Amino acid sequence: MITTDICIIGAGPVGLFAVFEAGLLKMRCHLIDALPQVGGQLSEIYPQKPIYDIPGFPAINAQDLVNNLLDQINPFHPTFTLGERVEKLERQEDGSYLVTSNENTEIHCQVVVIAAGLGSFEPRKPAVERLEDFEGKGVAYMVKNPELFRDKRIVLAGGGDSALDWTLFLSEIAKEVTLIHRGETFRGAPDSAEKVFAKAEQGQINLILNANVSALNGNGHLKEIAVVQKDKSVTNLDVDYFIPLFGLTPKLGPIADWNLAIDKSAIEVNTKDFMTNVERIYAIGDINTYPGKLKLILCGFHEAALMAQSAFKYVFPEQKLSFKYTTVNGIHAL
Amino acid sequence: MINLTIIDRDGSRQDLEIPEGINLSLMEVLKASEYDILATCGGMGICATCHVEVLEAPETLPPVNDTELDMLDTLPEAGPNSRLSCQLRVNETLEGAIFKIMGESN
Repeated sequence: MITTDICIIGAGPVGLFAVFEAGLLKMRCHLIDALPQVGGQLSEIYPQKPIYDIPGFPAINAQDLVNNLLDQINPFHPTFTLGERVEKLERQEDGSYLVTSNENTEIHCQVVVIAAGLGSFEPRKPAVERLEDFEGKGVAYMVKNPELFRDKRIVLAGGGDSALDWTLFLSEIAKEVTLIHRGETFRGAPDSAEKVFAKAEQGQINLILNANVSALNGNGHLKEIAVVQKDKSVTNLDVDYFIPLFGLTPKLGPIADWNLAIDKSAIEVNTKDFMTNVERIYAIGDINTYPGKLKLILCGFHEAALMAQSAFKYVFPEQKLSFKYTTVNGIHAL
Repeated sequence: MINLTIIDRDGSRQDLEIPEGINLSLMEVLKASEYDILATCGGMGICATCHVEVLEAPETLPPVNDTELDMLDTLPEAGPNSRLSCQLRVNETLEGAIFKIMGESN
């Protein structure tokens, strides 16, 4: 089990800066993020885009900002759990929290800070009848272990890079691969699209264009899918696995089940210290909402500073906090 | 004034009159008009939760660019008339257009 003072859910810019503000007050932080690297949206979605509203930087590339934040918090030795999503939050008898990830990593902390930005990125699900009935029983939204699909009949759906790449990959090991796409051209890499068309011509994959999967059937495990063509005719295919690949969409995920006050997918906080309606749980950055909220990185930085000042009383209940400027005291590593 | 017609998910129809020169995206106008638009990414065109279908469009409607098409292609329910409302600036090029709200609700 990992023991820390503050568990920060989300390792985007605001989560990273929260480490700095906590570190100034001698509080240790552990960050957990569903993405495999730190930086949140900045690193995942627009690493090379310039940001113009960070004070002191007329322009800075998103990834450079992340790198600078990592340098800035380095003296405070934060620890990280990356590529895991927080599933459970359990209040302990003494008021502290036990945070558990989907990989069963446990983090014991005095304070939880949710800095989850847009939320966690989850697979976008198509509107297919009985789709969720077969999740884990023939429906998969990603290919974690390709061996699972060896010698099986696979149907993939989608028109982006993931759909093309996995169609090509699985065609080498599966018994039968079908790719279903609602259009007749692909937006994915032209080279991959060409290979898919070539394999279809050679009969190595089945390519069904201008069509959508409309329904799933089976008994305990997926057995058959219904494919509706542009002319509304329906064809049934025998399958072992259906893999819809339509990218990721941000969702609140398990956060929505933690009894926090939520308004339009954002967590309500007070503006005194950015605590939620649950004591010792704070929400900072794009994930929170309050009157006048602006979703700006610099606003998240401000929220992180006030959160840290407030969290101090839970981490060091016996100590009195006196505010000090870094220009007076400098940065003292933990 | 720029005149638009919006059809909500429940089929209700409303005409909107938008002042010229406001420099807002259609997504921002829809939010300001209290439509239930998730628009999670705040207008960067990376979440596709502000998806609209163009039911009627003037010839001046700006074409879809590659980035917008890439994102629309990730939407299982997107069709040939799909657009991301965050990528459409509300100006005279949209005059008379009719949009149907498609994206996820809050």
